[in-house]
Amino acid sequence: MNKPVDFQKRELKGYSNVQIGEKSKYKDTQTYTDPSFLFNEAEATPAFMTGSEVIREAIKRANIDLSVAYPITPQSEAAALIGELYAEGYMGDYFRGENEFGVMSQCAGAAFGGARVFTTTAGPGTLRAFENFPMWSGARLPIQVCVTMRGVNSPLSIQPDTMEAYFLLETGMLVWHAETAQDLFDWILKGYIVAEMPDVHLPIAVCCDGFFVTHTKDTVVLPDEKYCLPPYDPYRSPVPCMDMECPPVRMMRDPFVMKSNYISYMTQASWQLEVRAAIERSRKHTKALIGDLIECENTDNEIVMIASGTAVSQSREAIRLLGLEGINVGLIKIKTLRPFPHEEITEALKNAKKIFVPEFNVAGWLAREIRAVIPNNERVVCGPHVAGGMTMPSEVIADEIKKAMGMKVSGMTARG
Amino acid sequence: MSDYKVVPGPEAFLPPAAAQMGIALPDPGEGHIEGRIVPEDEAIEYAARKLLAAKVPTIFPGPLVLWHWNDKAAKKAACIREIADALPARLIPMADYRPKYPKIDAAVEINPNHPNLTIWHNKIDVCIFVGVHCHQANLALKIIRGGTDCYTIALCAQAGHEDACLSLRDVNPDTLNKLTACIKKLKSEGVKSEAEPFEQFKFSRENRKPAYLS
Repeated sequence: MNKPVDFQKRELKGYSNVQIGEKSKYKDTQTYTDPSFLFNEAEATPAFMTGSEVIREAIKRANIDLSVAYPITPQSEAAALIGELYAEGYMGDYFRGENEFGVMSQCAGAAFGGARVFTTTAGPGTLRAFENFPMWSGARLPIQVCVTMRGVNSPLSIQPDTMEAYFLLETGMLVWHAETAQDLFDWILKGYIVAEMPDVHLPIAVCCDGFFVTHTKDTVVLPDEKYCLPPYDPYRSPVPCMDMECPPVRMMRDPFVMKSNYISYMTQASWQLEVRAAIERSRKHTKALIGDLIECENTDNEIVMIASGTAVSQSREAIRLLGLEGINVGLIKIKTLRPFPHEEITEALKNAKKIFVPEFNVAGWLAREIRAVIPNNERVVCGPHVAGGMTMPSEVIADEIKKAMGMKVSGMTARG
Repeated sequence: MSDYKVVPGPEAFLPPAAAQMGIALPDPGEGHIEGRIVPEDEAIEYAARKLLAAKVPTIFPGPLVLWHWNDKAAKKAACIREIADALPARLIPMADYRPKYPKIDAAVEINPNHPNLTIWHNKIDVCIFVGVHCHQANLALKIIRGGTDCYTIALCAQAGHEDACLSLRDVNPDTLNKLTACIKKLKSEGVKSEAEPFEQFKFSRENRKPAYLS
């Protein structure tokens, strides 16, 4: 178990390279702002916008140095909207990569040089880019990628399908899964703080469900746009910054360990453990920023649903429908998939007799993750889950629970 | 809290990362001793006692203090030299991070990818890592715990190292001076250095060629 976190006293500010209150080097209408103030005290107003627009608003305040884009169709508008931010002077550089693999490689190059980097990806493009993700982790590059998840398979889809998050789980990246547009806005900014901590210093995927979050409008509370995060300080990195002017760079950044001997095997293995250790270290920083890694509602009930992303919203509505029939069900929202909140989930599910895991994917991978960490895992029902490219109405979730309780259900297929 | 203790090995064919065993890093003003979070001053005194009790206490300065890349680095380097003199302790540099196996001269340098070779060769029983980038330090600390019985101390300018047996965080020249002062105070109280006699190695282009060229 990790050290308990004092939410009130934890210092968020990790920047010594600038003064808080200085004007941004990119946009002189913005000032570097203490993250605690930005997240908790800055004047904020509600806005009604799509998830893609929310990504733009977060990046406007993230003080990034560079973004690389490769928008394809179907796509979210996020990358194009970030291009508009570049035109307005909010970042150092922005360009289109040759392809998804090129984008992620170019992001790596910029991060090696000490830049704060942002990009977006989704679906098949994520898979094409994939080789870079474990490389980012191994090289300890705190790049942020927003994954607006949709189908990865053929035929293509813009409906939520969370297979990208599943594939990202063992890349060594931090993987967070936003439920709402507000989560998405907050976590993009907070994600940089956690990812850039010297003891973490890993890439982060802030995932959201495509279409439901990216293409629909929601109310989001935004701090004033005169505030932005302080810049990334590459000299606090756990690996040498590629600064050609400073002597420590005159060394190979990452060792070549392909020799067939115990020494090389040990280096490779210890390196991988260190990346995993860095994920563990992120827990206390994450809790201080986004609260507990899970959110629980009525988990003293015998039936509990556990989900991430918009499956949480669908489950919440299903719980309301079941409540109308006198069936009480608890809910756990998982915020971070890596680090996985295994102790929190185990504790929250200790009284549950039946556990349902609604998911937007064909694999039911979240149910498997939960089964792997809790005792008496026969309690876990792998579902309901749809196979991507298809919505999952709350009534379907409610019916699944009623069926498990031996109750009669009406079914939805006759609705057409 | 975790029952796991970060103690000298040899621990395992592949020792786990202490963070994965539930060991958390200290917060500002704290250090850790074998995974137990303590006030910084307590960790400093424990480190001083460990170093004085060692037969071959050794400091491994890394690139962040070996190169005069800013004024703070130079200041730290001078403070580290004072610790070495106060103990006394050997200074064996980690000049860079390229793997050098099997051609490393383990008598005079250490490398994060095979630090055990230097520990074994010099029979080092207590060591200090300082000025090493955190990732490379953790890599080395795990390997040392895996295959040697060396007690590791990490003096970190950032968040500390749970893979060391003892670690301080946010280490600056003042912290280093505190350690020197503590060593001197213990000595004045009668705690003797158990270090075996040695001659401080000095890098020189004239007098020494790497072992693999001789």
